[in-house]
Amino acid sequence: MAKHKKIREGRAIWVAFLALIGLGLLVAVLLRGNDVILFNPKGLVATQQRRLMVTSTLIMLGFAVPVLITLYFFAWKFRETNPKATHNPSASRGKLLMLAFWAMPTAIMLILASLMIPATFKLEPQDTIKAEKDLLTIQVVALRWKWLFIYPGQDIATVNYVQIPVDTPVQFQLTADETPMSSFWIPHLGGQLYAMTEHNNRLNLLADTPGDYEGSAAEINGAGFAGMRFTTRVSAQDDFDTWVAKTKQSPAELSTPEYKKLLGPSENHPATFYKDPDPSLYSTILSKYAGSHGGSHDHQTQGAGEH
Amino acid sequence: MKEFWLGKLGWHALPHEWFTILGSISFVMLGLTVIAGLTYTKRWKWLWNEWLTSVDPKRIGIMYFIVGGFMLLRGGLDAIMIWLQQSLSSGASHGYLTAEHFQQVFTAHGNIMVFFVAMGLIFGLINYIVPLQIGARDLASPFMNTLGFWLYVAGVVMVNMFFLFGGEYAATGWLAVAPLSGKAFSPGVGVDYWIWSLQISGVGTTLGAINFIMTILKMRAKGMTLLKMPLFTWGSLCSMIMAVSVFPLLTMTLFLVFFDRYFGTHFFTTDAGGNAMMYTNLIWMWGHPEVYILMLPSFGVFSEIVSTFSRKPIAYYKSNVLAMIGVSSIALLVWLHHFFTMGASAEVNSAFGVATMIIAIPTTVLVFSWIATMYKGRIRFTTPMLWFLGFIAIFALGGISGVLLAIPPVDFQLHNSLFLVAHFHSTVIGGVLFGIFAGLNYWFPKIAGFRLNERIGRYAVWAWIVGFFVAFTPLYILGLMGATRRLDHYDSSKGWQPFYIMALVGGLIIAAGVALQIVQIIASIIQRKRLRDPTGDPWDGRTLEWATASPPPSYNFAVIPEVKTRDAYFEMKHLHAPKHAFEDIHMPKNTASGIYISIFAFLAGFGFVWEINWLAVVSIIGIIVCLIARTFNEDSEYTIPAEVVRKMEKARTDKADTHRKDSRDDEDDMGLIEFAKTVITWALGIALGIVRGKK
Repeated sequence: MAKHKKIREGRAIWVAFLALIGLGLLVAVLLRGNDVILFNPKGLVATQQRRLMVTSTLIMLGFAVPVLITLYFFAWKFRETNPKATHNPSASRGKLLMLAFWAMPTAIMLILASLMIPATFKLEPQDTIKAEKDLLTIQVVALRWKWLFIYPGQDIATVNYVQIPVDTPVQFQLTADETPMSSFWIPHLGGQLYAMTEHNNRLNLLADTPGDYEGSAAEINGAGFAGMRFTTRVSAQDDFDTWVAKTKQSPAELSTPEYKKLLGPSENHPATFYKDPDPSLYSTILSKYAGSHGGSHDHQTQGAGEH
Repeated sequence: MKEFWLGKLGWHALPHEWFTILGSISFVMLGLTVIAGLTYTKRWKWLWNEWLTSVDPKRIGIMYFIVGGFMLLRGGLDAIMIWLQQSLSSGASHGYLTAEHFQQVFTAHGNIMVFFVAMGLIFGLINYIVPLQIGARDLASPFMNTLGFWLYVAGVVMVNMFFLFGGEYAATGWLAVAPLSGKAFSPGVGVDYWIWSLQISGVGTTLGAINFIMTILKMRAKGMTLLKMPLFTWGSLCSMIMAVSVFPLLTMTLFLVFFDRYFGTHFFTTDAGGNAMMYTNLIWMWGHPEVYILMLPSFGVFSEIVSTFSRKPIAYYKSNVLAMIGVSSIALLVWLHHFFTMGASAEVNSAFGVATMIIAIPTTVLVFSWIATMYKGRIRFTTPMLWFLGFIAIFALGGISGVLLAIPPVDFQLHNSLFLVAHFHSTVIGGVLFGIFAGLNYWFPKIAGFRLNERIGRYAVWAWIVGFFVAFTPLYILGLMGATRRLDHYDSSKGWQPFYIMALVGGLIIAAGVALQIVQIIASIIQRKRLRDPTGDPWDGRTLEWATASPPPSYNFAVIPEVKTRDAYFEMKHLHAPKHAFEDIHMPKNTASGIYISIFAFLAGFGFVWEINWLAVVSIIGIIVCLIARTFNEDSEYTIPAEVVRKMEKARTDKADTHRKDSRDDEDDMGLIEFAKTVITWALGIALGIVRGKK
């Protein structure tokens, strides 16, 4: 009977191992030809975030894998049916070992923290990115359930479509109007930030490869949430200028009644282009909710103030 | 007039979607079956006197298991519904659910799994095991315990009301993020159902937690100092202290949301000075510790199991205790990592990132403590041990992804993605559910008097582990592909669909695992004579719960043992303890007050949901009257005379001696084929009997 058991335990290990390989193969096949966005960054921020993610994962795996192997090896080695294993109920009582138990994970976490803290400051999304080209500011308003983009410097506005020139630092100023918290996320270019009424969050990104990248609302904000997506077109500066000139010729104008229409709920809103948005529209939206806390919350100057 | 009597209620509220109608029908059928069964066997009085009004924590524990297990099936069905929708709803196809309904389903899934499955089952284990482990006969306040249980049941009913009775459920995600949960964006009764099911069961949790802290601190057997307490009791103590610290916060936050919705205040609205970010903070100040409230007892379960099945005392006991205290105190200080993306500064984000990483240290120490316990042990691979080995793999995955999410710049990319969903399912399924299943397998012989079928149990473990990886590996990958959570529809161009389908397949494998667990229990009941454990100590246990009979008598211990060491029972077994004289035992009397109060609490909640003000007011008065009436009830104890105790104990020891045999060998356990044969023969026998009877 003991022999029978031993075979069964050995088999379990092999089955588990083969199953893992099978799972890996299946995933590899399913992934073929698909874009694993976070490993395929198209912008400065996303690239650095990926690097940080990969480095930290490797450090943790370097620690966790040996620990796991030890655990499963001990489980196998000290099985009751193994006549060769020694049994000692009072084993492992050393003070030094206990110290090591606490010291090892502490060391790993110190290493990770020493990576994390500088990276957090460096990749703080509210800080502008320094580059050769001038900063392009785009004001973003989360509406139910679409994204409104206002280009204050270019005098145009768009819905569910945003175009930016390559290698140019872009600042997305984020707020919302009559819409629950929404998260603004273009995974190809970098991490997300919340768009909230009364608040002016700033997400700074820099795209380094031309192409079309999808952006989304990452946080649930109502029935039309899944369709609250937009295209981000990264193009050469010339193409961008041409596009701006063309958009300025749009028949539609982002007037107050037009904005009122946008304010109502709508799902899967198509990309729309406007000329001449009201230059004070964004600040009007912000101040609409202000007054209760003494003005709008400007995250760049107030920092963490009250969070 | 109608509005006064019925509030917002009307015919329109009744179920009108195919799945809510199906849900109502199946629940009604189930209810009718139970009622018919009870009436046929004339068990109503027995049910009321022996179970429903019982203040015995063992009985209440079993009732927690039954309700929690039932909710596991309910929440699991939601999970399959979610994955089915997401597998279908790609490109031109929009699946079988509307966005609104899909959102209700995942909200209900989250609430049911956390509050009514995990919390319920954990409370069940604590109720049953903690008093036995500390050598207590009952709890510090038996009444508070039954009240806590019945408030939990009221919450369970409330969360299911939307298809049992009518209306809708919250479509806001399991924490009802503000301002989405405000009246402006969620005008229906869904969020109100959410508020009241959590509010009522949350108060029950607070009461239960206070009670167990008192019990553990004040009612331990003589000689059991804090540092001689079994580790499951330690985990429970840490967990209950956390619950007392944060559940009042939940209660208050829910009241504020309720005020916003009912009285039109502006705590969390977008307008008139409301601050939705404050809601996010408050709900997570409770929400993050909540996860650890579930996790710590589970850590304790694993410590017990590893120690017993390695035939060694737990290595580095003090280190283990310190680690649990560490986890539970730091867990109160990390809530902000749930919203790095809300725009706090780098200073704040990195501080909370570091705090979160610090939690990984004591957690790793716990794993080391288990490794050191296994070292030079003699390990038996019973089902509880297999659950432990599965837990380690899954929990390691959850831990690594968790620390990754604690790094703010990485979190900006992974937050709200399916990676996050995969992460917390790794920790909660691996850490909490596996712990509960391990604990149930481990203590089942104590609870039932016979152990569970080992062979089918092993199948169940493997189905869960394989199912987990097949279901959640694709979610990790989907997250890396940029898929956000809670999508009811997505573009077909992204290549996500095969992964969603894979997740659905994994979900079905897990469902097979759940089915196997049910089969395991039924098969064990069929074979209960063979699996019987007359000794009360089937695993060569180490802690006090194994010192008494299985199942234990209502008074737990005829003579309260005196504790001299850790692993008290293991030491006792090797010393012949002197005989003690039996004494009269005072036990608390059963009471139905908890049921009445909970019915009133439920009705009050129901009144608030549908704005039936008179009902709410009357019910609140009812609660107060019941509570006051209860305080005048001084006849709350009864006595078991020493002579009766002596007779009961003698009968038990005689029986144990005649039956003493090693029932640990699992070669006799029936497999699936034998189980199928038995069930079919049995069914055929009944069918034939009916046919013959007709002739």
